[in-house]
Amino acid sequence: MSPGASYDGCVPSIVVDNLSKTYRVADKDPGLRGAVRHLLRRQHREVKAVRGVNLVIEPGEVVGFLGANGAGKTTVMKMLTGLVHPTAGRVEVLGHEPKRRRAALLRQITLVMGNKQQLVWDLPAGDSLRLNAAVYGIPDTEAKRRTDELCEVLGLGRDKELSQPVRKLSLGQRMKCELVAALLHHPKVLFLDEPTLGLDVNAQTAVRDFVGRYNAQHGASVLLTSHYMADITALCKRVVVIHRGQIHFDGPLDDLTTRFAPERQVRVELAEPVGAQGLSAYGVVESVDGRAATLRVPRDSVPAAVNRLLSDHRVVDLTVADAPIDEVVEKLFAHADAQGDTHADTPPDAGLAEPRP
Amino acid sequence: MRRYFKTLGLFWAVSVSAEMAYRTNFLITSLTTLLTLAGALFTIGLLFQNGHTPGGYSWPAALTVLGVYTLLDGLQQSLLAPNRTALTEHVRDGTLDFVLLKPVDAQFWMSMRRFSPWGLTDVAAGLGLLGYAGWRLEISPLGALSGGVAVVLGGVILYAVGFMLATLTVWFVKLYNITIAMAALLEAGRYPIQAYPAVYRTFFTAVLPVAFMTSVPAAALRGEAGAGWLLGLAVVSGGLFAASCAFWRFALRFYTSASS
Repeated sequence: MSPGASYDGCVPSIVVDNLSKTYRVADKDPGLRGAVRHLLRRQHREVKAVRGVNLVIEPGEVVGFLGANGAGKTTVMKMLTGLVHPTAGRVEVLGHEPKRRRAALLRQITLVMGNKQQLVWDLPAGDSLRLNAAVYGIPDTEAKRRTDELCEVLGLGRDKELSQPVRKLSLGQRMKCELVAALLHHPKVLFLDEPTLGLDVNAQTAVRDFVGRYNAQHGASVLLTSHYMADITALCKRVVVIHRGQIHFDGPLDDLTTRFAPERQVRVELAEPVGAQGLSAYGVVESVDGRAATLRVPRDSVPAAVNRLLSDHRVVDLTVADAPIDEVVEKLFAHADAQGDTHADTPPDAGLAEPRP
Repeated sequence: MRRYFKTLGLFWAVSVSAEMAYRTNFLITSLTTLLTLAGALFTIGLLFQNGHTPGGYSWPAALTVLGVYTLLDGLQQSLLAPNRTALTEHVRDGTLDFVLLKPVDAQFWMSMRRFSPWGLTDVAAGLGLLGYAGWRLEISPLGALSGGVAVVLGGVILYAVGFMLATLTVWFVKLYNITIAMAALLEAGRYPIQAYPAVYRTFFTAVLPVAFMTSVPAAALRGEAGAGWLLGLAVVSGGLFAASCAFWRFALRFYTSASS
């Protein structure tokens, strides 16, 4: 599909065409000798952080962007926000070229980074919000209304969390305040780079719910990276998997599971213990713990295997589930690595990447 | 434009709020300013002992140079140095990302975001010196006006040179010595340019624009700067400001942002 075209006739929020980024990095050997050599005769090498990435994101779509550390997720995100200039390829966000950093685009996008903060450390978050309101030209009354609205959803109090110096807030409270600061101008495209990083389960859920609600209310497009698969499964119907700078999968989350986890997990609790050998007739036995066991069964064989289990044994409880998504992604990476070893010159996006429906 | 003024007001209000807690710092800074000023007055006083007039400068005329220097030093401490430091920190921490994503001019943000009230004592001392020297020299209102414009242009030179040096952090990340380098550069303008030997005079005029930062604005205040010097001041100031904008835009093409 040509970049800029749309699947359903509407203009995509994000169009990325054959995007690449190569960094020139200086290598330094450890120790004093390495430091001296680094100072006198610097050796550089090129790192291809992103290689020929293609991507189209529609308005209102929430896309999970998966990849290991150093896979190129953040570099892509930074090129999409105009922070890093591409070495090659084309990026269009809401019809603008991000690297030009036009105010018309900047008013409509936002970036949240789990490991960096924009709030002023020594001052109450409310002061940073007032500053952001002025920068985005939001009238005082409207800024107050939006702040109250966002705070209510996130469970923040204007006279509590917003009035305390940021340094005194917990990590979860801080991230919630960061979200308010990032969304005060009602952006149409959200770039969320590990927004739940380091948060406890409750705060993760709150942030996740908030993002889902904002997406539903404002029809905003969201590109989300996270190492917490719960974020991805809760918010994203579509995932894009990047590995070593190339996209290896782009499609529905369910397809990812089907393709890379062709077996489902059958967890069964029996009335009486049955050994691994006795259960091996139904599938691959992953674990047996007394009366409980976990089996891996090919998708197509699940109904038959479950039927036989139910008729052969007294079953107390039985659940069938897909393999955890992080395991699925790990398999994809392993597959991609194996393919990379045999097809070192495979063009970008070839192989596992598949066109979107 | 109104949005920029409102933003600027909030920038400074936020900065001053953050500094308010440190009252001891304020006292120490004020004391340092007064001692430094006393030291400078003593040094200049030595030069003018026994009716000596170095470079043809009278005592109050030399005070105009010291006054402009002290004023610019205050500007440097209040506005220029804190923002240069902030730029270095933003590049190192990767939080420049947030600045670049705001719909305001990033150079405006990185030049005005921080304001430290501690340099205001120098600004007040500089204005006091200029007021005293102006009274002694009977400077006309027109001279004061043209001198004021010239001082602003001198400040623009100081800003532009410092901002270009700070912009280098995009490539080199750690450049904490910029503040020292800029203080040394301005320091050279503490005394009348005519007091220096010819070689230094040429260097501080043609290579480093020190003369244009203090001596020329001070001469403009006294009504002694020729049209050529004033034009030169305007050209150097405008040129360096334009260069700082162009260099900043150029540097951002190489900004890689700290990795996550």
